[in-house]
Amino acid sequence: MYPRKFDYYAPKTLSQALQLISEKGEDAKILAGGQSLIPMMKLRLASPAFVVDLNGIKELSYIKSEGGTMKLGSMTRHADIEHSSVVASKAPIMVEAASQIADQQVRNLGTIGGSLCHADPSADWPAVVLALDAELEAKGTVERVIRSKDFFKGPFETALSQAEILTEVRFRIPPAKSGYSYTKFERKAGDFATVGVATQLEMGEDGTVSKARIALTAAGPAPFRAEEAEKLITGQRPTAELVEKAAKAASDASDPAPDLRGSAEYKKDMARVFTKRSIRSALERAGVSI
Amino acid sequence: MSEGGAAANGRIGIKVVVNGSIHEDKVEPRLLLVHYLRETLGLTGTHVGCDTTNCGACTILMEAEGKWRAVKSCTMFAVQADGRKLLTIEGLAKDGELHPMQNAFWENHALQCGYCTPGMIMAAIGLLQYKPEPTEEEVRKGISGNLCRCTGYQNIVKAIMQGSKQMSANKQTIG
Repeated sequence: MYPRKFDYYAPKTLSQALQLISEKGEDAKILAGGQSLIPMMKLRLASPAFVVDLNGIKELSYIKSEGGTMKLGSMTRHADIEHSSVVASKAPIMVEAASQIADQQVRNLGTIGGSLCHADPSADWPAVVLALDAELEAKGTVERVIRSKDFFKGPFETALSQAEILTEVRFRIPPAKSGYSYTKFERKAGDFATVGVATQLEMGEDGTVSKARIALTAAGPAPFRAEEAEKLITGQRPTAELVEKAAKAASDASDPAPDLRGSAEYKKDMARVFTKRSIRSALERAGVSI
Repeated sequence: MSEGGAAANGRIGIKVVVNGSIHEDKVEPRLLLVHYLRETLGLTGTHVGCDTTNCGACTILMEAEGKWRAVKSCTMFAVQADGRKLLTIEGLAKDGELHPMQNAFWENHALQCGYCTPGMIMAAIGLLQYKPEPTEEEVRKGISGNLCRCTGYQNIVKAIMQGSKQMSANKQTIG
């Protein structure tokens, strides 16, 4: 399968890339890891006239831990995150999620920024950045920071404009006394999620949950934070009943579309089951048994 | 190669090192890397299976910042390989001797029709770049992007376990 013809540009700097996309306008498409865009171009679901390849821009690929903040360049590959010892020690939820994306070969090319900007409603990273309450830095004519909560607008739709490039994902490194889990339900190896739940919990000295962030992917038109579920467990000493209630609340907030991975009703129930498992696993890792 | 705002109409010159040989060609931007390898260079050992990033038959190794990584050559444009080193199944055997991973596939009867085999072997060597002596579970995860419709994976997994031990004993990372 061949894509339609296009003109190819491989800028070496971010400013060259920004100039190109602003010149070419709506007919330009940014190529990051290419693991979604190239298949779409081969199927001719996307036929951009101009392709601006970011793979030569070294300044967009890095993993840094600075003063309590974790920073990842948007062109950082899934595999770099999966195998990073810094990420494993500071934000293990990212390693757990990265290792569940597609397969080895796709992870070697695919990037976190590409995945976030593509905004597939079943992708893994969106739930994770929501659970980490990450900030997404974008550059265009001006630089701006978008909270992950405000970034995902709908299926394949983000808060970015055509003339902007996502440059960095950053978040406060979770404190030592915290628990995490990315729990993914997939129909077959390497598939997109039937449902995926990212949970990041912080525990207070008194044994109550001091902070809870729970985000779901593949459970609605866009990934979302299950805020009712978060409220239910925050400030509480966790119990099995409470976790069950929170899972029910997350399921109630979900609005999955029926497809080959299951009916809406089935997926709604799986949202409950996997939220429960995700919270339980996060609690266990925070050293809390219920 | 076009940089910055340089016009990129028509064909673009690329220079790649494939299995140790330098190749310079002018290619259309939409030419997929797998078609460049098969049709321009005549290296038909890299197969096209599904052509949709699922089956892994087109897996090759590509060097990036000094590290070899398994990639699906049906999901990259040839122009993106400009300046890179690539390794395909044809580059593994040396002086008439099979590579230890190829030999392990032979000894363990890890193939029937053989269509998936080049991709399996390249994915296996790709996995060893991260985990030189993988466990059986790690092998199974490592080849989860490669489909075999004949053997049911048992012998493939056995072969990769054996091949990894041999490569480790030889202190061999790639070819």
